[in-house]
Amino acid sequence: MSDLTAGILFIVSMFVVLALVYVPLGDYMYRVVNRERHLRVERGIYKLIGVNPSGEQSWRAYARSVLAFSLISLLFLYLFQRVQNGLWLSLGFPAVAPDLSWNTAVSFVANTNWQAYSGESTMGHLVQMAGLAVQNFVSAAVGISVAMALIRGFSRKLTDQLGNFWVDLVRITLWILLPIAFISAIVLIAGGVVQNLSAGTDVQTIAGSTQHVTGGPVASQEAIKELGTNGGGFYNANSAHPFENPASWTNWLEVFLILLIPFSLPRTFGRMVGSNKQGYALLSAMAIMAIASVVLVNAFQGIHHGTVPMAVGAATEGTESRLGVYNSATFASATTLTSTGAVNSFHDSYTALGGAIPLASMMLGEVAPGGVGSGLYGILILAIITVFVAGLMVGRSPEYLGKKIGAREVKLASLYILTTPTLVLFGTGLAMALGGERASMLNTGAHGLSEVLYAFTSGANNNGSAFAGLSANTVWYNTAIGLAMLLGRFLPIVFVLGLAGSLARQKLVPESDGTLRTYQPLFVGMLVGVTLIVVLLTYLPALALGPLAEGVH
Amino acid sequence: MRLPSWIAAHLTALRAVILFTVLLGIAYPLVLVGIGQIPGLAGRADGSLVTFKGAKVGSARIGQLFTDNSGNPLVQYFQPRPSAAGDGYDPTSTSASNLGPESVVDTLPNPADSSDTGTQSLLTQVCSRSLAVGKLEGVDGSRPFCTSDGIGAVLGVFHRDGATGPVTRAVSLNQACPAKPFIARYRNTPVECARFGADYAKAVVTPIRGSAPARPRVPADAVTASGSGLDPQISVDYAHLQAPRIARERGTSVATVRRLIDKYTTGRALGFLGKPAVSVLPLNLALDRQFPKRAT
Repeated sequence: MSDLTAGILFIVSMFVVLALVYVPLGDYMYRVVNRERHLRVERGIYKLIGVNPSGEQSWRAYARSVLAFSLISLLFLYLFQRVQNGLWLSLGFPAVAPDLSWNTAVSFVANTNWQAYSGESTMGHLVQMAGLAVQNFVSAAVGISVAMALIRGFSRKLTDQLGNFWVDLVRITLWILLPIAFISAIVLIAGGVVQNLSAGTDVQTIAGSTQHVTGGPVASQEAIKELGTNGGGFYNANSAHPFENPASWTNWLEVFLILLIPFSLPRTFGRMVGSNKQGYALLSAMAIMAIASVVLVNAFQGIHHGTVPMAVGAATEGTESRLGVYNSATFASATTLTSTGAVNSFHDSYTALGGAIPLASMMLGEVAPGGVGSGLYGILILAIITVFVAGLMVGRSPEYLGKKIGAREVKLASLYILTTPTLVLFGTGLAMALGGERASMLNTGAHGLSEVLYAFTSGANNNGSAFAGLSANTVWYNTAIGLAMLLGRFLPIVFVLGLAGSLARQKLVPESDGTLRTYQPLFVGMLVGVTLIVVLLTYLPALALGPLAEGVH
Repeated sequence: MRLPSWIAAHLTALRAVILFTVLLGIAYPLVLVGIGQIPGLAGRADGSLVTFKGAKVGSARIGQLFTDNSGNPLVQYFQPRPSAAGDGYDPTSTSASNLGPESVVDTLPNPADSSDTGTQSLLTQVCSRSLAVGKLEGVDGSRPFCTSDGIGAVLGVFHRDGATGPVTRAVSLNQACPAKPFIARYRNTPVECARFGADYAKAVVTPIRGSAPARPRVPADAVTASGSGLDPQISVDYAHLQAPRIARERGTSVATVRRLIDKYTTGRALGFLGKPAVSVLPLNLALDRQFPKRAT
């Protein structure tokens, strides 16, 4: 079988299996979130943390709970790193520096998992498993919770009640993330991912030198890192490391875990708003953009345009033998279409256009399918913008799922859309204006700009992957990208919850002859169009100076 | 007494963070560490360590160097890919090169400072590796965009009107003087060697394709670093390229070595996942067991 045929079969098999689990997993998540009864173990947890599970929250209370939980998580993770040298399993590493601790704490709490550090030489096992990996679970659960609150805004009427954040958080963590991560971790161990508490083994190699073979609780972290669209690697080399991704089939499994929840949530959405067709419409828009991205990255990497790839004869720099160029390209696409940011090959060494597509995939705002929860609320915001644009075209006041999209809704949606581009372009511009920060670029010229643009795009969109040549572990970048990640995560969450609150207060408008059918292909096409126009055009000047300048000549 | 709601929310958050830390940060990974000790999984969970003559010699999943103290390849062993992890295959410093597709211009060493070795572009690294592998295996190591002495063939071309117009001057950017440029003339302009510290910023960087075959004899993975820097495997092509040398050094036939290569080749999982590749450490250990090379 040729490499190309095998690469295509990888993609086809992925989408077939995702299609097969769409209904069962989407329905399962619907039942978990909407179950009336509280299980005994859940009641025990609510008692321990001191919440009344039947007390529903207004959007303000829901937002306050999200922010309080994230703030405490942030402080906890910061302190954990600052004192790691005094803790068990520190492997002799010193306390993490203040700026790096801040950056890493924000990064993991914001579901970004940007890494300005090398795991194997910075973080002890305890910080990794009891600090970072815990946030892999709960930051993912926060994203799904917020999406659920927004859906309730559409499905409920004349109320200010959006559910209870603590109930959502506990149920999503316990019954969705934990079981899938647990089973996947066992499968990964069987594939060769390490899971131990060893400080490593010193061996004498055949050639007579010494090598320190590292250990660590990797499988437990690897599983949730992909499933929760987090992406922070246990090791610097992330999922390219043979101990994180040892075989061609573990690579398939990891891509599958990345896409699993984001692609199934539209089903949950459809069930909650009482129309599965609406779920299929969002799924179609996501899938169209995702397939385009996957095909383009594979094509550009396969054609391997560019001086060095042409000298080599293939775009193999930064890729692993067992994974090959095509499966690496598919991973690169999946990780940037979602908010994952794990990498199994190094995007900095991709062909100019092969590296531009992952960058553009993040710039889409990660809605195809996006991060767990964040992808769904992101595309719902774009759906609101789409019905607004459609309403302007025909001169009719826009509505979506029976809710009127008025001035307040459009303002909140616009604020959401404007947040990340502002952070990305302002951050990149500032870095470029400062000589010391420009010096962090590994590559020169257009490719160097791509490194910085990629860093801020990745941070503000909560992706976390990198054009890893940039030396980002400096006080300036740690602070600036930390701010981009924090604001890029929590400002949109507040806007989304505010929107949910204002939608829930409305009454339902009955469907009439003039209502835009938001489950038909016309709407799907418009949604894709609006996404590309609104989001990508914002970035076109920056893209033109970076990857396009490098790739088109 | 009722606390203000914003304080209550933070107290709830604190208790939730502690609870999740115990459940997801301690219990979940430790249960998996326990499951990893079940027979059948234990070897893998512990790092797939390989024992030879009673001593641990490495991990089957982590590549290692087969070079002597001065960094020259040990000819009796299959050689792995180039590595950007530390000084090569260092698991405490995993890394890719992160050099981009247009990393083609070297930083020349300062002739006044003997400790300055300059910085090689990715193109020059690829060219010099290709030449070295070609020499080791006795095949043509030439590649497109490479000079015959294994340097990136890149000119800095000055035009009359900036990026356009007639050529006024051409410099071979990666060949420090007094080297003889790889081509004498470019568009009727004599090509100069490059001087350290000279300003070539206005020149258009122009890689020269040259006459090397489009499909070089030295395979792609032999001249490019992996993503992790720990790639335990090489392509089947690269293994076959090395087979005659191994057969010669080990005093056996090429056919026998090829059979061994087949034995240590991981095919595509399920027939279509990933790419077939050869595991270097297990293969070299098999060689040492079956065809031990007498100390010379």
